[in-house]
Amino acid sequence: MVLFCKIDDVNSSLVSVSVMPILVSHFNPRPKMRLLVQKSLFSIAKCTRTPTSNTVGKFNRHRGLCTSPDPHTKVCIVGGGPAGFYTAQHIVKGRPDVQVDVYERLPVPFGLVRFGVAPDHPEVKNVINTFTQTAQHERCRFLGNVTVGKDVSVEELRRAYHAVVLSYGAEGNRSMGVPGEHLSGVYSAKDFVGWYNGLPYNKELRPDLSHDTAVILGQGNVALDVARILLAPLDMLKTTDITQVALDALAGSQVRRVLIVGRRGPMQVACTIKELREMVNLPGTQPDLLTEDFHGVQEALKELARPRKRLTELMLKALQEQGARQGDRKWGFRFLRGPLEVLPTPDGTRAAAIRLALNRLEGSGEGARAVPTGEVEEVPCGIVISSIGYKSLPIDPAVPFDPRKAIVPNNMGRVQDNTGLYCSGWVKTGPTGVIATTMNNSFDTGRVVLQDLDSGAVDLTEAKPGLQGIAPLLEKRGTAARAGAYRDFS
Amino acid sequence: MAASAAARVSMGQLTLRISRVAPDCSVCPLNRLCRNAITGRTKVGTVDHFRTPNRNLQTSITRYHIEDHTYAEESGDVINVVYIDRSGQRIPVKAKVGDNVLYLAHKHGIELEGACEASLACSTCHVYVHDDYYDKLPDPEEREDDMLDMAPVLQENSRLGCQIILTKELDGIELTLPKVTRNFYVDGHIPKPH
Repeated sequence: MVLFCKIDDVNSSLVSVSVMPILVSHFNPRPKMRLLVQKSLFSIAKCTRTPTSNTVGKFNRHRGLCTSPDPHTKVCIVGGGPAGFYTAQHIVKGRPDVQVDVYERLPVPFGLVRFGVAPDHPEVKNVINTFTQTAQHERCRFLGNVTVGKDVSVEELRRAYHAVVLSYGAEGNRSMGVPGEHLSGVYSAKDFVGWYNGLPYNKELRPDLSHDTAVILGQGNVALDVARILLAPLDMLKTTDITQVALDALAGSQVRRVLIVGRRGPMQVACTIKELREMVNLPGTQPDLLTEDFHGVQEALKELARPRKRLTELMLKALQEQGARQGDRKWGFRFLRGPLEVLPTPDGTRAAAIRLALNRLEGSGEGARAVPTGEVEEVPCGIVISSIGYKSLPIDPAVPFDPRKAIVPNNMGRVQDNTGLYCSGWVKTGPTGVIATTMNNSFDTGRVVLQDLDSGAVDLTEAKPGLQGIAPLLEKRGTAARAGAYRDFS
Repeated sequence: MAASAAARVSMGQLTLRISRVAPDCSVCPLNRLCRNAITGRTKVGTVDHFRTPNRNLQTSITRYHIEDHTYAEESGDVINVVYIDRSGQRIPVKAKVGDNVLYLAHKHGIELEGACEASLACSTCHVYVHDDYYDKLPDPEEREDDMLDMAPVLQENSRLGCQIILTKELDGIELTLPKVTRNFYVDGHIPKPH
């Protein structure tokens, strides 16, 4: 808990070296990972606080060497997650005269790599090393604790920079839109993930885990992450970077059964095979799949593309072998069901059950649609976690936004009708895909930005102030502490 | 050179490498730094400072250990590898037996990412292996196959670069980096243009 208070304390000030050990201390002591994080944080803090131009100047004086001139082209990136850093990486590498500033709302960088990736997937977090290298680049700066849209507007950024890339991701939640979803005991997977990963916004979640059955709505990788964390043996979790608060809560958890509910069938699940395999192999658990859900699946296998085929085969294998596995905890998919209502306890205070509509499929393959049959089913459960997707939110009234698709309307990353404004990551494509997807999509945007800078589509003849134009605004609007920290690197 | 000779005895391979880089230590400005690193007389900390009349240099000792010196050409274990980059350009490089295709690419500045650092947790080092060589590779293990399933534009000859360790019989191997595509989704869905 100490950690969280500390994070709140520093929310009003920019990242500084003194904050770093405190931020790091909330990670469970898993030495290698902790060291990695600590190293990255320190090195970034160091590089943001050391004004690069001064360093270069010093070298010039002493050595009389010719180094690259002060970067003329100014690009800023809104959001310091994977999309932001991959875009920054591509742009910095692509032009020798470009300065890239990455603005981030949180005090710390790396977004969902830190607060989204499951704690038992430390290998995925290795990507932090690549991002740290980018952040340490002499023409790249990370600026934590700046909320674009509040502390500074996109319009102001566009005046200060030649190009602005929006990569602020998908912070919103798709809601189920059913009665009872605001009852106590109903959580969004996004909050739940934020809670076990130590996201400051979710520190007060305190999920009530004193129930036998949890129902997760949605069958993507996030749903499986949540199911795995709920059912994993405590000894396994102890070796991960999960927060101590979450570990303590999970130690007292009564959850013995997790049902993962999806509107469509087994051949439409959204999770990937790695996560499913982890679930199948989770020690102390037993799959609880329904044979009737897999009617006709075996026959359809040979028609499927390789990834879908291997995923489905694994599910069939789990179904066949579920009787042979031992375990006091159970997990299972429930297919062809959609939420209708979360039912309260008699006193109306919290969730007691969920009413599901039974569906049938129209069409087949990836495009199959779920159509209600009219039948309903009630599943008693004390915990409901909705994991039906993230959603991007509009950041600034000046930026176009497509509310239906919940993305910034764009053409290959160029924001419609806004020269010099770009987007990358989930705000560009919608919240799907793994790190490789985001990487390619961010490189694409980076390439488009470089093209426009090279071709003159973005006017580079006008000198732009970059951070020097933004820092005074922040100084004026921010707290004293924030302004003070800014002097260090502006 | 006396110091260098003494150190060679105590440090074996490492010294050999360093002395190859700077055979005449007495004229080398890094001499003091070098000697200290070998004999272990370095002060606490990995950064050393030293001055020459008009220079103010700072060097990190750890760099020596990170650099990958390969002398494969001398030992005869050199093999040829051709990368075909995303624009279709052929880049021939020399490698040695035991090299990893991902890190070999990094060494030669070829843009192959390795987000998870060869820990089989991503598919960013996805390459296509020329059919003549694909069958010479050991079969991918289950975890590699699982990751390949997430790779955009998966093909029959897809592999993860980080799992290909070069052997003598892979001499001449051709590795194609997948063409850049835009806006692909895990489920293969192709979004309509806006």
